[in-house]
Amino acid sequence: MNLTELEKIKSDTLETVGNKFDKDLRGHDKEVRVVLRNCDLIDPENINEYIARDGYFSLNKVLTKLTSKEVIDIVKESGLRGRGGGGFSTGTKWQFALNNESEQKYLICNADEGDPGAFMDRSVLEKDPHVIIEGMAIAAYAIGAKYGYIYVRAEYPLAAKRMQIAINSARKNGLLGQNILETDFNFDIDIRLGAGAFVCGEETALISSIEGDRGMSRNKPPFPAEKGLWQKPTIINNVETLANIPQIINNGAKWFRGYGTDKSPGTKVFALAGKVKNSGLIEVPMGITLGEIINEIGGGMAKKQRKFKAVLTGGPSGGCLTEKDLNASVDFDTLIELGSMMGSGGMIVLDDHNCMVDIAKFYLDFIVDESCGKCTPCREGTMHMYNLLDKITSGQAELKDLEKLEELARLVKKASLCGLGQTAPNPVLSTLNNFRDEYVAHIVDKKCESSVCKDLINKYEITNSCIGCRICAKKCPTNCIGGELKGLHVINQDECIKCGTCFEVCPVDAIITEGVLN
Amino acid sequence: MTVESFEGNNFYEDDRMKEIYTNEKFKVLDECIEKNKLKPGPLMPTLQDAQRIFGCVSEEIQEYISKALNESYSKISGVVSFYTMFSTKPRGKHIVGVCTGTACYVKGSQKLVDKVCEILKTPYGQTTKDGLFTIAPTRCLGDCGKAPVVMIDEDQYGHVTVDQIEKILKKYK
Repeated sequence: MNLTELEKIKSDTLETVGNKFDKDLRGHDKEVRVVLRNCDLIDPENINEYIARDGYFSLNKVLTKLTSKEVIDIVKESGLRGRGGGGFSTGTKWQFALNNESEQKYLICNADEGDPGAFMDRSVLEKDPHVIIEGMAIAAYAIGAKYGYIYVRAEYPLAAKRMQIAINSARKNGLLGQNILETDFNFDIDIRLGAGAFVCGEETALISSIEGDRGMSRNKPPFPAEKGLWQKPTIINNVETLANIPQIINNGAKWFRGYGTDKSPGTKVFALAGKVKNSGLIEVPMGITLGEIINEIGGGMAKKQRKFKAVLTGGPSGGCLTEKDLNASVDFDTLIELGSMMGSGGMIVLDDHNCMVDIAKFYLDFIVDESCGKCTPCREGTMHMYNLLDKITSGQAELKDLEKLEELARLVKKASLCGLGQTAPNPVLSTLNNFRDEYVAHIVDKKCESSVCKDLINKYEITNSCIGCRICAKKCPTNCIGGELKGLHVINQDECIKCGTCFEVCPVDAIITEGVLN
Repeated sequence: MTVESFEGNNFYEDDRMKEIYTNEKFKVLDECIEKNKLKPGPLMPTLQDAQRIFGCVSEEIQEYISKALNESYSKISGVVSFYTMFSTKPRGKHIVGVCTGTACYVKGSQKLVDKVCEILKTPYGQTTKDGLFTIAPTRCLGDCGKAPVVMIDEDQYGHVTVDQIEKILKKYK
């Protein structure tokens, strides 16, 4: 394969597909498709369609016209920051690896998208696998790596399959393997599957996993760019980061900086989910406000009568943002200032039927399960934090437990070995910061205002706003709700098992709860 | 645990073990090991192959791999116990996973989990007596737009309600 052949495939394919690529798949005017530009447009199993969308032209440009240093300079100039969560400058990271001389270097694509609530990497892997191969090849050329791995989490079997098909066809077409695009550049990629461990998204744990060990984190320094996979310099980039690379090379750093803010240029893909009307993947320029994302693109709350309460960003490492933050700019630095973080881009919208203490407990439960167990603060500290939260949600806690919780959170944050532990207390600290009243209400009044914590609910009652739709009566597992169609319904308290089904299904929120103390 | 139920369990496992350890399966595993040996870091891919072929990585299989790859048994056992995708006991014919990611959680996936356990009369994380279903603890399946999500083997179902789950499970019986 060479440039002439690439151009021929491009023009032939464009002719056969007709106007297939002209569709505008954006759900809203404020969206910009850079990373997702090919998703749902091309056939991911057909390399020709990717080439027809200017695929592999950037790689050709890099291999024939640019030196390693020039590639890194372009990426540095673009200001691209790691999309996996850390937000470290990609160009600078590559520079470290280039500077570390070694006959063998590795490039790893981190596709272990573990953040519960984020699914952008899965989309790119499944719908545009070649962009990852091209991005990896360019990165490998820049740092001098000959071999790359894509670490895909085991929960994504289709992604791994599509990636393998893409790798095979890239090899067949001389775009991977020896003498890529008829130059003297050699590079090949192997897929490694995860086996269900969240911590493997942390770079040193990911390296341990590829080496065939328990996925446990290691001390840094030495950083992977110095001593990584099999003690060789290794660069680990996230899927979304790599998917930006071909376009930055093709269109230039200045074009990339045309989107986003000065310190966070480019676009970011967010997975909008939870109690929002339009959920799904969106790609927006950084610097957009949170309100624009939730109210305009997301269309506001899924149920009109509910109130926006908070949005969770950054998954188990992040925190919550509330109404006061709706005008804040969504970029790496602002979100950290607000006590949350960008993370990989999950955004879970909560309404007034979600309890913040319960959410903090949910994340802690996740962390306790996923902590690799190597360092004590994370292994033991998070478990004690979970126990304290459990005490609070079950009405057994005292106010001094709150102090204990805060102290422990600060300790785990400071003393843990890797990113997982260092960020694990964030959901607790952030919810405490924004919703301290709710914690106090659980402890002192033994009341969960959102009616989530079952131990604090004494009984469910139907108020006058009932429209008599019979939905709750039909769904009630013990058939204890009586009342005529269009008449006021009543719960037979003797038979009620307090499962909360009626509370959830009521279309007009006519059901209220009574706390244990009243 | 009473003696009766203990014996019952044993019987069921022995019976299934016969189906599990067939010569053909070990032959397939041997082929995979030969292929994996050519790669650096062959342990994880081999364990994944074994899990796929046998439906579990039991102690016997771990020992077999230990000899084939010349790795210590303790290391292999450590790796197997670390990752949730490896199970030391045979799994059911169908793997039922209710997503417990954040988006599914806020949309009530815990109720789905409880319902699945109730319908299959089996605790979370375990296999039904007939060996048909395993209720596997499941992390985010990456389809949050369709929360709550249930995955059975490789089929994914979105916007699942408590009422639908029984119907979905019936398809696999």
